[in-house]
Amino acid sequence: MSQEVKKEKKFTMTLPADELMACGHLACQGCGATLAMRYMLKALGQKTVLCIPACCWAVIDGPYPYSSMDVPIYHCAFETAASTATGVKAGLEMTGDTETTVVAWAGDGGTFDIGIQALSGAAERNEDIIYVCYDNEAYMNTGIQRSSATPYGAWTTTTPVKHFKTRPKKDIVAIMAAHRIPYIATASVSHPEDFFKKMKKAKDIKGTRFFHVYAPCPTGWKSRPEDTVKLARMAVQNGYFPLYEIENGEKTTLNLKLKDRKPVDDYLRLQGRFRHLGPEQIAAVQAEVDARWERLIKGCAA
Amino acid sequence: MRPKKAKKIVFKSAEEMPLMICSVGHQTHNLTGAWRNIRPEIDLGKCIKCGICWKFCPEPSIEVVDEWPVVDYDYCKGCGICAEECPSKCIVMVEERK
Amino acid sequence: MKKVIMGNHALSYGAMLSRAQVISAYPITPQTQVVELLSEMCADGTLDAQFIKVESEHSAMASCIGASVAGARTFTATSAQGLALMHEMLHWAGGGRHPVVMGNVNRSMAPGWSIWTDQNDSLSQRDTGWMQFYCASNQEVVDTVIQAFKVAETLMIPAMVILDAFALSHTYEVVDVPDQALVDKYLPPFKPAIKLTPADPRAFGGLTGAEHYMELRYKLEKDMEKAPALIEETGREYEKLFGRNLGLVDPYRCDDADFVFVTSGTAGYTARVAVDELRKAGIKAGNLRIKVFRPFPFDSVRKVLGKVKKAAVVDRNCSYGAGGIFYQEVKSAVYGRPGMPPLFGYIAGLGGRDITTDSFKEIATDALAKDRPEEEIVWIGVKK
Repeated sequence: MSQEVKKEKKFTMTLPADELMACGHLACQGCGATLAMRYMLKALGQKTVLCIPACCWAVIDGPYPYSSMDVPIYHCAFETAASTATGVKAGLEMTGDTETTVVAWAGDGGTFDIGIQALSGAAERNEDIIYVCYDNEAYMNTGIQRSSATPYGAWTTTTPVKHFKTRPKKDIVAIMAAHRIPYIATASVSHPEDFFKKMKKAKDIKGTRFFHVYAPCPTGWKSRPEDTVKLARMAVQNGYFPLYEIENGEKTTLNLKLKDRKPVDDYLRLQGRFRHLGPEQIAAVQAEVDARWERLIKGCAA
Repeated sequence: MRPKKAKKIVFKSAEEMPLMICSVGHQTHNLTGAWRNIRPEIDLGKCIKCGICWKFCPEPSIEVVDEWPVVDYDYCKGCGICAEECPSKCIVMVEERK
Repeated sequence: MKKVIMGNHALSYGAMLSRAQVISAYPITPQTQVVELLSEMCADGTLDAQFIKVESEHSAMASCIGASVAGARTFTATSAQGLALMHEMLHWAGGGRHPVVMGNVNRSMAPGWSIWTDQNDSLSQRDTGWMQFYCASNQEVVDTVIQAFKVAETLMIPAMVILDAFALSHTYEVVDVPDQALVDKYLPPFKPAIKLTPADPRAFGGLTGAEHYMELRYKLEKDMEKAPALIEETGREYEKLFGRNLGLVDPYRCDDADFVFVTSGTAGYTARVAVDELRKAGIKAGNLRIKVFRPFPFDSVRKVLGKVKKAAVVDRNCSYGAGGIFYQEVKSAVYGRPGMPPLFGYIAGLGGRDITTDSFKEIATDALAKDRPEEEIVWIGVKK
């Protein structure tokens, strides 16, 4: 492309230009969770309130008396993302605001573990909230301890190398599907347009909507900060973190068909938390990813 | 959009603090550019305006000025995602000089 | 309008008349009737509110807080185990300045399972930044819920209205149910200056360093200290509209008393009967029923005790290792002040064991026989 042509060319933006998140926040360099938030807010717009329990985002926004966001945030107790959001939605409606989107924004700890009761309760009642779990696969905010979202093989401070995590990652999407909520989607920070599209779709649905977002964490995964998007992309492309939607707990739609799934090796090799894995363990990871992928394909709408 | 480089908040007394535990100021007072050891430099000659660097910045500290990407060095933390993702390899991470 | 209603329903009527907008509650014996009636009132439109049937008390309080910060008037009710489960969130409502009003039925803490009354459940929460009102009649329950909303929303401090399990919760009494139009006059809609809204985007409750936290708690305490005067003022206002005063303490025949019981809850009404009987026997007895425990009514208590020769504090609770809780707090209220009488501490009625007029006579006999207390606790009605 010649310089003259380039000067005239518009800067490509596959997402809206408006930012509802400002600089100065306290996320680590290369934080996947901030990318997730940035994309979600572009889809939902300013008429949104966030309920954020204890997690990295409880700190990222900035300390009292500051905020980096253009939307209101209620920082709530660790296990209460879904119950707080439930109350906020009811309170807004009873005071005349039926338009504002209420979002519970929690990490994997506050979703898979301590927050699962409140989440299950809200989902069973089909509360009109969007629940987003940004998953960095451990309790990162408190210093990288294992959660039930930590995958097989991973090092964390509570699953040290000699005793790495041998239990598989809890299947939160299957749990949410069992609640028969109107809409569930997975998303990855490597595929922002896909995440944006699904969030826009979710915004117009009434009832409980659940997002499971893959958000790599260089600090906790012992990966290079510049690899965050790459790792998320690799996870999608090898089938470790497939992109799909489930409507009403029944209809599964694969958003990205993978003809030739890449092997997990390259993905694992870029993360220090998997450095201790030998060929047998890597094979076990591959087998688990393969099995899950097959199950997903079988369950999909034709 | 929060104003950049907002003022720091100092309460001189409890009276000045709102009754609710809530923010009164903007986090943009915190110039996170001080965190980095390496900085991205964009060669606009090679830039194809694909939008990828802007899209994947976690701060976000890449702005679009006159249809070109511009790094806001007050806030850029030097994570290197932009350089890593740039398809035309026109972003290079260089060491900060003190 | 006069109705015969049970204590639990008195809570429901209070919440209904106060036009609570969001109710989030979980059932627990002996509170269930509170939420059942509120559920019906919401279903048939008597009460324009959303009733969230949460899956635990912890979620009940969390969602009340969410609704409150979004600008709605909120109510819940619980008891014992449920109140204990909410503990983290009680601190949250108190520290966060969310004026939730909650009915608590005083029920004994397990184990063993007991559905009958004592006060350990609510008193265990006395440090959480909530106001606490201990009621002794169903009339008082209805009236106090309405007043509690007014005081709570003025000060932005949550409040619990407390009644004894079964002795009051399930006891039917004649109640003059206040007229809705008059309640509306007394209690305006909840309109907080700062709330969770995109129109004024703020972050609530962010990471608070040592340079700020103490001032926030200082502000809470200072506002809590305004409560006694505000309770008396709103109590007088209530009297003008409804004919019933709502104050901090309820003294009975204390003006010329030599000896008073210091009581709370329904035992505080039983004590009156004992006072009358003791008077007939020539003892100038009186009863000081403490209604508001938080904030502690220091001045009101000192005013009565400063004029008597002896007082017996009757606790339906025990802080294991330190004795009766009202006893401890009354002692600290009078400590070091000239002209205060010796105070005797008694524990009675745990786990729903009856406190009768005989219990009070036993207490009076014991206290009147001693110049000074000989023990931290005298147990009443226990097979030792």
